[in-house]
Amino acid sequence: MTTPRRLLLVAAPALLLAPAIAHATPDAMAAALREFTGGAEVRRGRVAMDISPLVENGNTVPLSVIVDSPMTEDDHVRAIAIFNERNPQPHVITAHYSARSGQALLATHIRLATSQNLLAVAALSGGTFWSDSAQVVVTLAACLEG
Amino acid sequence: MARVLINIPREIRAGETIAIRTLIQHAMESGYRPGADGNVVPRDILRRFTARFDDEVVFAAEFSPAIAANPFLSFTMNVVAGGTLTLRWEGDNGFDQTETRRITVA
Amino acid sequence: MKRLALLALCCLPAAAQELRSGFEDMARETQALQREDATNPAMLWVQEGEALWSSPAGANAQSCASCHGAAETSMRGVAARYPAWDEASAAPTDLAGRIAQCRTERQGAPPLERESPGLLALSAYVGLQSRGVAISPPADPRLAPAMSQGAALYAERRGQLDLSCAQCHDDNAGRRLAGSTIPQAHPTGYPLYRLEWQGLGSLQRRLRGCMTGVRAEPFRYGAPEYIAIEAFLMGRATGMAMETPAVRP
Repeated sequence: MTTPRRLLLVAAPALLLAPAIAHATPDAMAAALREFTGGAEVRRGRVAMDISPLVENGNTVPLSVIVDSPMTEDDHVRAIAIFNERNPQPHVITAHYSARSGQALLATHIRLATSQNLLAVAALSGGTFWSDSAQVVVTLAACLEG
Repeated sequence: MARVLINIPREIRAGETIAIRTLIQHAMESGYRPGADGNVVPRDILRRFTARFDDEVVFAAEFSPAIAANPFLSFTMNVVAGGTLTLRWEGDNGFDQTETRRITVA
Repeated sequence: MKRLALLALCCLPAAAQELRSGFEDMARETQALQREDATNPAMLWVQEGEALWSSPAGANAQSCASCHGAAETSMRGVAARYPAWDEASAAPTDLAGRIAQCRTERQGAPPLERESPGLLALSAYVGLQSRGVAISPPADPRLAPAMSQGAALYAERRGQLDLSCAQCHDDNAGRRLAGSTIPQAHPTGYPLYRLEWQGLGSLQRRLRGCMTGVRAEPFRYGAPEYIAIEAFLMGRATGMAMETPAVRP
């Protein structure tokens, strides 16, 4: 006969141990974005970011981004960058492409310190910038080691 | 030498765009994590990945500490003819590892 | 009378429920990590284990392959039949213990410590050869005492939280604890890549985590208590498919 209260006690230490570490802010993310775009306008569209809206462990979060582009010499994606609001740093990864890439695809595993917004931005050869965003909830694991 | 897994499609036709998937064994120590003694463990991450096909860079990436431990990366490239794929990971503390794979087309 | 009925309710064996791997309760994305070898970080350890399997080691310059040949055939199904009886020590041993013993006794090589990268790598490589094989503990009567000791340890309340394994993993399996679903605790995929660990770990590491979780003193690595609990858990998971090397959150 186990009471839910007793089970909750197991979860409590995880809350107590959450380290008080400085994190990025929406402002820091905006600054990192400006560095990537040089202040150019970023439009929504063309970019599709795929990430689970509910993440069960922030240590390894599969993320993929695909940009709608013909990937020719004249018209291709030069770079894709991922930014976040509340990790210690606003930048996650920047990937570089050429027409030889065939496709503007990026798939990797990232870390998320907590629930937050993510932004994927594509820089096109023509000088335009396109984006997609995602809001991700990172749940609290019950049983952590140590 | 860090362990590396590189997944390349077995059969490739000329002109095909293929996906290459890579995993490399690395702790990606973020520089924000307190160790057992309470002090922050110094940062030790991979910083840069470069994929060359023969002499041409087909894909490159810069990592921040927000890339998960044992980094996974997938990218695509258009294969016109056979050649050599050279993958290089560079990081903190002088980390520098290169792997090559021969790519043949059917 | 009422008390008896209550007792009966508490002691309903796990077999009364449908056996369910923790894999089923994971997010689709985490399941995908395990399903695809190209994305499963545990395969890095498997690759290391494969290299170790055929590397000569120790005074006799023998590799695992020198005696056992190709692991794909000789090790098929082996991990699904551990813990097993060890004649030399006249005690049950787990797969990692057997590999470590082979290493020192047969190869004459320096010992592989519990949870060392080499022992995890070899355990993962040997374990992979049983992927998909149904767990089938050996019908060896000499293992019976360990299995009943394991059953007793599983049911025994411990730690400052005064909780037994069974209270979470039998009585409350399938319910939620914070953000996680409490699994039935079947050891189908060890050693496994735990996202929390950001690396590969053994069942013993997981059991230690549970014990410190309930604020109990964990047994030392390699302790007979862990072998006993594993023997009980593998018996309880009889028929389930091996998943080594699994991924868990």
